[in-house]
Amino acid sequence: MSSALQERDKDGLFSPEVREEIDAWIAKYPPEWKQSAVMAALRIVQDANGGWLTTELMNDVAAYLDMPPIAVYEVATFYSMYELKPVGRHKICVCTNVSCMINGSDKIVEHLEKRLGIRLGETTEDGKFTLKEVECLGACGGAPMFQIGKQYYENLTPEIVDSILDGLE
Amino acid sequence: MANEVCFRTLDLDRPWLLEQYQSRGGYEVLSRILKEQTPPSEIIEEVKKSGLRGRGGAGFPTGVKWGFINRDAPGEKYIVCNSDEGEPGTFKDRDILRYNPHQLIEGMAIAAYVIGARRGYNYIRGEFWEPYERFEAALEEAREAGFLGDDILGSGFDFELHAHLGAGAYICGEETALLESIEGKKGQPRFKPPFPAQFGLYGRPTIINNTESLASIPEILRQGGDWFRELGVENSGGTKLFAVSGNVNNPGVFEVRMGMPFAELLELAGGMKEGRQLKAVIPGGSSAPVIPGAQMMDLTMDYDAIQKAGSMLGSGAVIVLDDSNCMVKVLERMSYFYHEESCGQCTPCREGTGWLYRVVHRIETGQGRPEDLDLLDDVATKIPGRTICALGDAAAMPVSGMLRHFRDEFAYHVEHGRCMVGGNGNGNSN
Repeated sequence: MSSALQERDKDGLFSPEVREEIDAWIAKYPPEWKQSAVMAALRIVQDANGGWLTTELMNDVAAYLDMPPIAVYEVATFYSMYELKPVGRHKICVCTNVSCMINGSDKIVEHLEKRLGIRLGETTEDGKFTLKEVECLGACGGAPMFQIGKQYYENLTPEIVDSILDGLE
Repeated sequence: MANEVCFRTLDLDRPWLLEQYQSRGGYEVLSRILKEQTPPSEIIEEVKKSGLRGRGGAGFPTGVKWGFINRDAPGEKYIVCNSDEGEPGTFKDRDILRYNPHQLIEGMAIAAYVIGARRGYNYIRGEFWEPYERFEAALEEAREAGFLGDDILGSGFDFELHAHLGAGAYICGEETALLESIEGKKGQPRFKPPFPAQFGLYGRPTIINNTESLASIPEILRQGGDWFRELGVENSGGTKLFAVSGNVNNPGVFEVRMGMPFAELLELAGGMKEGRQLKAVIPGGSSAPVIPGAQMMDLTMDYDAIQKAGSMLGSGAVIVLDDSNCMVKVLERMSYFYHEESCGQCTPCREGTGWLYRVVHRIETGQGRPEDLDLLDDVATKIPGRTICALGDAAAMPVSGMLRHFRDEFAYHVEHGRCMVGGNGNGNSN
């Protein structure tokens, strides 16, 4: 395959905005180490695809970064923040590790499960919420806590959880 | 005395801004070093003198580590900061990134000068979006002010620094897993030797330090290694960020002098919640063996004191447990974590963490067998030393610690199929 064809192929991958964002990450690493941008690229295309990665998207990332597809699958399956199945518009990541647990994260999970009518690991039928149990998020001083999108919410009570969820589209 | 090093600007309004950092002498040390072309060996000696030990958990002397690199060797070298803060209970580096990112940048630039690196990366865990954005904004300010980039302050020294975001994997806090991760691979630790100082990022000589270690450097060099060392105690120089969480009234990160009595730290954290009794303390992140409360009240917070008590200071993450907690349930949660986070590379860890979790889980759920405590002892002794990295040890140590100090509680669970602690044994203090 000629390099010109590769270039054209790459221009057809992703939207211009996504490409620009990935390119900014590629520029942080030595030119021969484009692969270093794979974690950022997966995050960016995941965000642009409603929060999850299809095999096709992973293949596109592989093509864009000149990586074998299997090397991209390895990364996508190793790290917990990548989703390989559809998720809700809002992914609620609840920490249940020790500091949160002894400050009542069980009650937060119970409240969320009851309110949303789903269990940990599930998505509501309307596709609005996914509930996910996660490991320590490094905010133990604000236990119990969860993360939705890029935002941390700390010192949770069932009432606070309700007001946060009420405020989400 | 508090807030003398990493938190020394915490009282300022928006302390993360460059102008605020500079109002307290920020970047003066870097500027002086570059102007005077201070010999790197002198800086290494000063850091050695300070007694600074790796604040990520391993406690290895930072100055000694810097000395491992041959700065005159040809080709690229890298300085890497480990902000992949993931040890359960630890939340201190997040506050450095959020409130004092410039001091970390200055520390990294100085480290780069010392080891002859022209490029550096700060590996920030993927969930830390707000800290990442703060750090990025600080990088931008530092570049614009000429503290990063080519020919810094006209000295001929080039240094470019970037953030790298993780994506959720505890193991990437292990330094060689972290390097693999920057290279765009699964975060599986490398076999050592060779150590990163010889074969690190992209196969080049690399120094990896924790966020708190690097952020301490400018102040150490500003006030002198002796000043820093004398803030602390024998073998534990300086100050430390302690992240106190659990059943306390005022959890948070406290920068205090090494050697502070635990009782005083507990007081800073507001004392026990709802006036309950202190049952136990996990003094250095969840891998550190538990210490019974009564014993802990007599200890000071420094490497030697905690080690003599059979545990470790680790990352300085102090998890305080009151008497409503069932230790079986606490250990079950911790064992689940290590099982979940084992990278799967080494059989003793991959399989052993599964055994530990499943056995503690069946004890917790009333299915325990009389032989289970010996089985746990057995598995916990057979993981350490048989794996590429320390995650296996980290999984085994809390098990051994719990069985050493709270064996009765586990035996009661096995015999009666329920907890000897009142209530649901789940920290029902709230």
